[in-house]
Amino acid sequence: MSWLQKLLPSKIRTEGGKKRGVPEGLWSKCDACGAILYRIDLERNLFVCTKCNHHQRITARQRIAYTLDKECQEELATHIEPIDRLKFRDTKKYKDRIIAAQKSTGEKEALVVVKGQLKGLSVVVAAFDFNFMGGSMGAGVGNRFVAAVEACIQYRIPLICFSASGGARMQEALTSLMQMAKTSAALARLGQLGIPYISVLTDPTMGGVSASLATLGDIIIAEPNALIGFAGPRVIEQTVRETLPEGFQRSEFLLAHGAIDMIVDRREMANKLAMLIAKLTQQKLI
Amino acid sequence: MNLNFLDFEQPFAELEAKIEELRHVTTDQEVNLTTEIKRLERKSRHLTKSIFSNLSSWQVAQLARHPLRPHTLDYIRLIFTDFDELHGDRMLSDGPALVGGIARFEGQPVLVLGQEKGRATKEKVRRNFGMARPEEYKKALRLMKLAEKFKLPIFSFIDTAGAYPGIGAEERNQSEAIARNLAEMSLLKTPIICTVIGEGGSGGALAIGVADRILMLQYSIYSVISPEGCASILWRSANKAPEAAEAMGITAKRLKELNLIDEVIDEPLGGAHRNTEQMAQQLKQTLANHLAQLQQQSTPNLLETRYQKYMRIGEQQQHKPRGLRKYWCLFSSLMEAIDSDSFLLLLDLVFFPSEAIL
Repeated sequence: MSWLQKLLPSKIRTEGGKKRGVPEGLWSKCDACGAILYRIDLERNLFVCTKCNHHQRITARQRIAYTLDKECQEELATHIEPIDRLKFRDTKKYKDRIIAAQKSTGEKEALVVVKGQLKGLSVVVAAFDFNFMGGSMGAGVGNRFVAAVEACIQYRIPLICFSASGGARMQEALTSLMQMAKTSAALARLGQLGIPYISVLTDPTMGGVSASLATLGDIIIAEPNALIGFAGPRVIEQTVRETLPEGFQRSEFLLAHGAIDMIVDRREMANKLAMLIAKLTQQKLI
Repeated sequence: MNLNFLDFEQPFAELEAKIEELRHVTTDQEVNLTTEIKRLERKSRHLTKSIFSNLSSWQVAQLARHPLRPHTLDYIRLIFTDFDELHGDRMLSDGPALVGGIARFEGQPVLVLGQEKGRATKEKVRRNFGMARPEEYKKALRLMKLAEKFKLPIFSFIDTAGAYPGIGAEERNQSEAIARNLAEMSLLKTPIICTVIGEGGSGGALAIGVADRILMLQYSIYSVISPEGCASILWRSANKAPEAAEAMGITAKRLKELNLIDEVIDEPLGGAHRNTEQMAQQLKQTLANHLAQLQQQSTPNLLETRYQKYMRIGEQQQHKPRGLRKYWCLFSSLMEAIDSDSFLLLLDLVFFPSEAIL
């Protein structure tokens, strides 16, 4: 960054806007197998590699688009945004980090909540955006999630949450830790009313999000080969000073250890969710 | 240098060593040094006071981890009577990193539980340094359910660096164990009072920390991540821990200002480890006050208040308009009022009282 750019207030700076060095073209490379993929094919395949079935990370909006019917979608809690209560500053100001994230993702917070129809069944979908500060949960995310739960209670409709998060948002310190208690308490109430909650874990779901709302689903689904766990692999390696077993903290590992109900391919996800919800709510799929 | 004293405790540690020496001299030779001892003691108190009146967040964090700091079992011994420890999660293990059992608090039967770091090296290892695994959290939940069943109030003491980050803990689903406790504790039909007595480290602390009252000892800390962890992620260097500690606001005083906890319990001069008995008495008194308040509430009321307490944390406030916008808002609301019929009626009343009445 030149000195002139540094002088500019963060609102005018454009650094967050270009994340990738390569312009988005017709071709993209699979992170897992390195195959060069035709972008239109990839999009049609919901960003699952056509060669190796690697599930690429996608945005919250894409999740929602792949899940809900196009008609009658209504976004909820759009007024809730992150707030810098502590005037937190590390190498950068938290406020600037928020602005940069908002600019680069086009979202106001790391969680997007939409009420809509899934194959004709009314549901609320909450989806994390990992590109927004690592999908971290601060008060904004907590409040949006509670708003999603409240909408489910109001309309008596099921909740689906797609998590993709590094954990709690450190810049909000204890307030963000308390969001774990807050979201869990809200889900406890939802559970008491007999309203289904399906949690879908996507790559990655770690820390405070995994230790609260993500693992409280009536049914827990994971995408193939997603990294899911409480402590990060590096932290564990440093603590126990052992090399971690092959496939540690991956979806398949979790399924083998009884932590999740099933692994579902992204291209089957919407169908599977609809089938599950229809059964749990005693409805028939059209 | 005494290893049981922290860097910033060294000045008065030396003084105290001197006082101790003088005491030995007096008993040996029957020389009267009482005045000298008293003078030094006064000096030591002053020194401690001045050091402790201006502690940084990082220094408080070090105090919270002080090798001599009283642990959960110390407070159980000093505050409760008839303590019967209950063991095991009924599936896998005893769960020694977290102790719990039924006891009497001022004669009343209660459940008490908390992480225990252990004192001597062997004991520390056995207790896994107070870092709980899923089995510990399952044991905690089992005990809390027992308390609910028999209508015993719950006292939980938090003192942990965090949940244990190990391979086995992940295999046995650490995340779910913590999440389950958070959800279940929010519904427990009995009063819960939680006190952070040392380190309140992240989800591992919170997993026994959903409560009607959250109290903290003066030199304890509570945070989403350790200062070292935060520093190594955000500053890319663990040496920046003091900065991270300051930025996150981890001390009891700061968290009370932020309205995230209910009460700060003062510690004796120099910290809880300098006078554990006095600390325990102070803590007991505070716990008794809060328990009395909570026991006046009906159970539905208690649960609703607990729920709302958590819903309010980090609530999105309505933005208050400032500056010119404030006046614009006032003006537009005035215009709206003018449009409404009631305002016209009011005008009528003011200017044409006789007609309006007619």
